[in-house]
Amino acid sequence: MRVLAALSGGVDSAVAAARAVDAGHEVVGVHMALSRDRGPGREGGRGCCTIEDASDARRSADLLGIPYYVWDLSERFEQTVVADFLSEYAAGRTPNPCVRCNEHIKFATLLDKALALGFDAVATGHYARATTGADGTPALLRARDAAKDQSYVLAVMGPDRLARALFPLGETDSKEEVRAEAARRGLPVSTKPDSVDLCFVADGDTQGFLRTHLGSEPGDVVDADGAVVGRHDGAWAYTVGQRRGLRLGTPSPDGRPRYVLDVQPVTNTVVVGPAELLGVEGLAGSDPVWFEEPAADWRSCSAQLRAHGTPVAARVRATADGIDVAFDAPVRGLAPGQSAVLYDGDRVIAQATVDRTLRVAA
Amino acid sequence: MTYLDHAATTPVDPRVIEAMTEQLAAVGNPSSAHGPGRAVRRSVEESRERIGAALGVRPRDVLLTSGGTEADNLAVKGLWWARHGADPRRTRVLVSAVEHHAVLDPARWLATQGATVVELPVDRVGRVDLAALEVELAGHPDRTALVSVMAANNEIGTLQPVGDVVALAHAHGVPVHTDAVQAVGHVPADLTAWGADAVTVTAHKLGGPVGVGALVARRGLDLVPVLHGGGQERDVRSGTLDAVGAVGFALALELALDGLPAEAARVAALRDRLIAGARELVPDAVLGGPEPATGDRLPQNAHLVFPGCDGDSLLYLLDARGIACSTGSACTAGVQQVSHVLTACGVDEVLARGALRFSLGRTSTPEDVDALLGVLPEVVDRARAAGAAAAG
Repeated sequence: MRVLAALSGGVDSAVAAARAVDAGHEVVGVHMALSRDRGPGREGGRGCCTIEDASDARRSADLLGIPYYVWDLSERFEQTVVADFLSEYAAGRTPNPCVRCNEHIKFATLLDKALALGFDAVATGHYARATTGADGTPALLRARDAAKDQSYVLAVMGPDRLARALFPLGETDSKEEVRAEAARRGLPVSTKPDSVDLCFVADGDTQGFLRTHLGSEPGDVVDADGAVVGRHDGAWAYTVGQRRGLRLGTPSPDGRPRYVLDVQPVTNTVVVGPAELLGVEGLAGSDPVWFEEPAADWRSCSAQLRAHGTPVAARVRATADGIDVAFDAPVRGLAPGQSAVLYDGDRVIAQATVDRTLRVAA
Repeated sequence: MTYLDHAATTPVDPRVIEAMTEQLAAVGNPSSAHGPGRAVRRSVEESRERIGAALGVRPRDVLLTSGGTEADNLAVKGLWWARHGADPRRTRVLVSAVEHHAVLDPARWLATQGATVVELPVDRVGRVDLAALEVELAGHPDRTALVSVMAANNEIGTLQPVGDVVALAHAHGVPVHTDAVQAVGHVPADLTAWGADAVTVTAHKLGGPVGVGALVARRGLDLVPVLHGGGQERDVRSGTLDAVGAVGFALALELALDGLPAEAARVAALRDRLIAGARELVPDAVLGGPEPATGDRLPQNAHLVFPGCDGDSLLYLLDARGIACSTGSACTAGVQQVSHVLTACGVDEVLARGALRFSLGRTSTPEDVDALLGVLPEVVDRARAAGAAAAG
């Protein structure tokens, strides 16, 4: 196959590309330039969007003996991932930009462009397994190494695009194995730290980034009864389930910690309250993606609600334009905007964006 | 491999490699007084004389540098420091908007040091607006430190009216620098007729090695050094003299100028075949720079914009088919920047993304052109599909 290997400049994508070469594919390396604000290098070399990352990617391609190009997808990235990130926060929701990047950039713009140019597939350094189910349809499975599993952020691409994806690291037992392999292959990135921050926030200060783009708009922090207990500088800075950094002037009557229960952008109000009011027994999701026939009736599954979150037992069913999920036991701190991924064992059943949460009646 | 990127760098002539290899074996710092030093110094000075003779200038005017970028920096910064230093009212720097970054970026840097930089407009084919130049000069004759206008554009091949620029500037007592990196060795370049005060030339665009070039600076031109140190090159450019580079540069220049009119005509015919063929196969392709028939275009340059395509897609598809070319514009960490040259010519930013520069040289053949034309329609079709996909 003709394979386009997306090279971030990190160790995972470099080893993934190396394995694609070993598998006999005709591999071309492409580094995506996603940020317009490309600093020369971040402290500790974290991220994937610095000039240093681009040169690491180039050096890895050199060592693998594959052609290397940089594709500037920054405009599209701004229009989709960054714009969505800002509008979701402005709407009081909690977006996952990595999910949106996989949805709009890696397995959309990049993949479509690659296919148009004559490639058969795109290989990335994600930890997940792409296989074919018994009925011949593409199936997305959790990585062998559960601690590194990234199927949660990949599910959004859906089965059709999955058929064009290669995840050469999916069968890997551990990250250490990948680092050791990189060192053995002489790849210069074997000891590079994992990226941890949002790649488009150059200095890692997400709150500062939001403040710059969304501005400051002071408003009230109220308790569940509507009594004002503090002030905030912009409701976008708060996430449902958040406890730290509330800086409330009025202590809670019973002295127990308070959490963000709701962010209401229309009235620019943040609602706080005790932990038990955070309980959610279900969700309604929008823009669903199914990897099997949509379930007309409740189907048992396990639900993962955030990257590296612990899956919980649940049931899912398709609705007219979305999904309903009911949790066997209430979960805490679920916010609209998050991605919900439903699994049958290790296999992804469906994915949707949380539109509404159903609170446990107090 | 079909190499159509000679304007980036062109193969070193085997005779040049031989001469340089021989020189490389000689020990001695040309600045040393002893025998080995004198022997190497002799090679440097003989090379300087040959370069001067080839260019029709005095050998002492030839200041050897590490290449075109350094010569451009020396000219722009050195002239500004000298002229501004002598008279602080001289703060204006006039450059064409289509200069190479080696001129444009030093000028823009000077703007952070107190200079007022004017980027002179160009017409649709990239020729500098002489009327605008005259307005700037006449408006501020005592406040203009220097003018820098290139002899030929590296992206779109436009030949500039250097003699006219010099005449206008000198009428107001302002010195002129011209970057002739793309012109010398490719078109007959009469430095004396131009009359510019400083001219940049480089070896690797005409069959010599990377890493050596010269600023031809007329006698008496006051230049403040960029590199301070041992006082070599009339105390204007310090650094151990590069005998190997000088020998390679001198021979490459002689070889390039030998039979130049005939070679330029041969290359121009290939260029015309390339441009005509590409326009026939891709009817909506847009030629960047002057029509070949005008005679205002470098013989080795063919610049075409393919609407709806991204340069990176075109480069990949051609590279995968064994054809090496360039978008012509600068890149930062591998990201192609929108061409400031095309922007200055009034080309729409989206259209400009589909630009490709094909540049020919001594080793180019009709088969090279045919190899390109053979794959071009399919490549453009695929790049258009990719462009549509990337646009979402």
